[in-house]
Amino acid sequence: MSQAKTEFLERSKTFWNPGKTQDWIDMGVDLVIDRREGYHLYDMDGRRLIDLHLNGGTYNLGHRHPELVEVLKAGTERFDMGNHHFPALARTALAEALQAVAPGPNFKYTAYGSGGGEAIDIALKTARHAAQKKKIVSIVKAYHGHTGLAVKTGDDRFSKLFLSEDAQGEFVQVPFNDLNAMEDALRGRDVAAVIMETIPATYGFPMPEVGYLPAVKKLCEKYDAFYIADEVQTGLMRTGEMWGCTKYGVEPDIMVTGKGISGGMYPIACVLISERCGGWLSEDGFGHISTMGGAELGCIVAMKTLEIIQRPEVRTMVQYIGDYLRAGLDDIMAQFPDFFIGIRQHGVIMGLEFNHEQGAKPVMKHLYENGVWAIFSTLDPRVLQFKPGLLLSQADAEDVLRRVAIAVELARDEVMGSRRRTY
Amino acid sequence: MDQALYNSLVDISDSPAARAGKADLMLDRARWAATVFDRYDRAATMAIVDAVAEAAHAMAGEMATKAVEETGFGVAEHKKLKNELTARPLVEHYRDQDFVNSRIDDARKIVEIPRPAGVIFALTPSTNPVATLNYKILLAMMTRNAIVISPHPAARAVSIEAATALARAAESAGAPSGAIQILETPSIPLVEAFMTSPKTNVILATGGTPMVRAAYSSSNPAIGVGPGNAPVFVDTSADIGAAAQAIVASKSFDNSILCTNESVLITVPEVENQLRMALKSAGAYLCTEEETAALRRFLFHPRGFNVEAIGRDATWIAQECNIRVPANTRILVTPITQIGVEERLSKEKLCPVLALHVAKTRTQALSQARAVLRLTGAGHSAAIHARDEAVIMDYAALVEAYRVVVNAPCSQGAAGFATNLAPTFTIGTGFFGRSSIGENVGPQHLVHWTRIAYNADRKVPFGNFQGVTRAFRGQLPTAPADGVPGTAPPRYAAPSAALSPAPSAASSLDAATKDELRRLIAAELRDLLRK
Repeated sequence: MSQAKTEFLERSKTFWNPGKTQDWIDMGVDLVIDRREGYHLYDMDGRRLIDLHLNGGTYNLGHRHPELVEVLKAGTERFDMGNHHFPALARTALAEALQAVAPGPNFKYTAYGSGGGEAIDIALKTARHAAQKKKIVSIVKAYHGHTGLAVKTGDDRFSKLFLSEDAQGEFVQVPFNDLNAMEDALRGRDVAAVIMETIPATYGFPMPEVGYLPAVKKLCEKYDAFYIADEVQTGLMRTGEMWGCTKYGVEPDIMVTGKGISGGMYPIACVLISERCGGWLSEDGFGHISTMGGAELGCIVAMKTLEIIQRPEVRTMVQYIGDYLRAGLDDIMAQFPDFFIGIRQHGVIMGLEFNHEQGAKPVMKHLYENGVWAIFSTLDPRVLQFKPGLLLSQADAEDVLRRVAIAVELARDEVMGSRRRTY
Repeated sequence: MDQALYNSLVDISDSPAARAGKADLMLDRARWAATVFDRYDRAATMAIVDAVAEAAHAMAGEMATKAVEETGFGVAEHKKLKNELTARPLVEHYRDQDFVNSRIDDARKIVEIPRPAGVIFALTPSTNPVATLNYKILLAMMTRNAIVISPHPAARAVSIEAATALARAAESAGAPSGAIQILETPSIPLVEAFMTSPKTNVILATGGTPMVRAAYSSSNPAIGVGPGNAPVFVDTSADIGAAAQAIVASKSFDNSILCTNESVLITVPEVENQLRMALKSAGAYLCTEEETAALRRFLFHPRGFNVEAIGRDATWIAQECNIRVPANTRILVTPITQIGVEERLSKEKLCPVLALHVAKTRTQALSQARAVLRLTGAGHSAAIHARDEAVIMDYAALVEAYRVVVNAPCSQGAAGFATNLAPTFTIGTGFFGRSSIGENVGPQHLVHWTRIAYNADRKVPFGNFQGVTRAFRGQLPTAPADGVPGTAPPRYAAPSAALSPAPSAASSLDAATKDELRRLIAAELRDLLRK
């Protein structure tokens, strides 16, 4: 590590976040991202990494996509964040564009946050207003963000620390893929909404069983609860379709999109609201206020992001990337069947499962040392989140596979000893 | 997709970033297609080639009519013929050549493996829009390359329709998605973005000189060809009647829109009168000096050739110049006394107007033929009608053309349709014509070969490569979309199976035992990690 980096990390500990800075160092990842371009990150010491983390799809189109840079620059000639109290050209234009691609004909409005957590809070408040009920059901090990309401829907790993866990029994959690538990939670008809990540990302992408999500939607209808789809990580073509919930045959009542919609260039998150749920927007349009939510420059970038994602070439790219990486990963899995034991996949949403309760961490470390950045799943460290971008080139994809094969073998040797076992 | 929905407030679609973005996306998709295409064996490849050829053949007439309607150039009936020639016969010409499997040369102890170029960026002209498109696409398919077509804006609609139909046929026959793409909004800056992109492996440029020069200036490998201006010499040893028939047939074929058409007819006094008579009886109209002057003014504007006249009927052109000709006139012949910069009619004319020059001697005739190509058309085509082989040899060795068609129509002959030259719509103009290739461009130009070369020393034995082939894994298997009904089932490798002594033993274990085993192994692994 360079002297400059050592000094920088000290400053990071002094002024920013000592715990997080040290944790990464302890995990063997001394990454300080400097330059970035396409799907490549460059550490401040100059080392290149292929980015398969993408901050959950924030960098779906790559870092600093030239067209997004261009549209943001051009946008600043006319716009800034805008005045959130007034009808605004860019906010309305993006809402119109989102309605045109919404996962169903009943979607009508868009409300804006400056980030995913805020958008989830808006979604939960919207459902509560529409249902006139308070209870929210989510999944055990769910992750929807860190804001006031969102944090209560998730694993208490993030709420207890701040004494912010639910104390009133308003937030109920049920195991994923367990319809009986879901029905038990809804039976009392006191639930405003079920909130579901279409594929729980931070939990390591356990895949919904066939029929699970549509059945949850049916249960919602049966027990008068709304269905909120958290499409922050599964939307925007990552499944090969615009929204993941559509692929599973679910038309939600409210949908949240974040991360990728910003193009990684200007913070924005959006809540798409069906007419049934949007009553508060007429009753008291000032009910939720956000100075930076739906900042107009963010809207300009988001519209270009939506336009790029819908180009016909992108769909083929996603198909190729998913198929090609899967074929290569299957080959690697066959080489290390005692360690690399599973692939969870839908499009370019992938989780690699390792045969050890912390197995993804050494893989992450060895990938990092071999020029690939992919992160373990916080809530299931057996699983490595493997999230290639929508526009990954063939050359990069091939290079990723080469590096993964090397890193998996090194991680396996570290975890299980270098001699292959023959049980 | 309604662009206004996204661009109404800030529109960057005319920025370099937008153009590069467009090019990158199509070229990246093509690269993926090329990567998968390289996994195909010869049978899978030829199935695609045949499907594309059939589709091209089936729509030859319809596309010919549409091309004439859109561009105003040429004769639908002749275009249909060209569209057909660039379908099945093109494939038949190359059927026996294998661009997929490796080949063994025992004598030289060398094995050669074909390596496709990858991504071809191909420009197609307005003059022969569909035939060129058929031809370039089929060449790409034969060699397992992906191709992105950039049509001439004047033939945009018909080109898009044809390319889309061929892409559909290819994909139905198993071609990778995106192996054939067409740029739907061609513009000069956008074409430049494609040509200069490092994602383009080779440019196949057929078109105007500026476009070809731009291709060569792009920094990418390019196969670009220059314009034609074919001289045709009718020698005293020729069968004059047959020569006139061939020349008129060639000049009137698709109204001279092929760049291989005869431009200047050169002969000698001994056969001049006989040739004039024969031309007349073949359907040519011989112009007077005044009529020639009128044609010169009409065809050549100060800024260049009058595009209005390209591919028009002889009678239409005559009418525009107030020349009264019989209704069945097929070509107009304009006698000229000079060849060179001072006589514009000695330049290329993509219309059924043929200049006629009578040289004093055979030697002078040959020198004049060289002058025609010095003016324009270097490296392209020339024709001769003669029975004296020595004359043919002298002529061919003298003119700076890489194909000399003998006793046949040059339009079709130089392009490989009335001779045994390779059928082509890209005529390599070679070093004379500032091009990298001097023969008729074919699939062999879109493949390079990796050569496995053994020690030349006789004591070192050559390997036996009979039956040794590289892997052809074919199409990529479709990855599962876990949890979506009807997609491939999950392929999780169950840990118990992987860790069990033998498959038979594993299958005999009941679920409870398997769970117990898994738990034990997990515990063991944890212990290992702590150490």
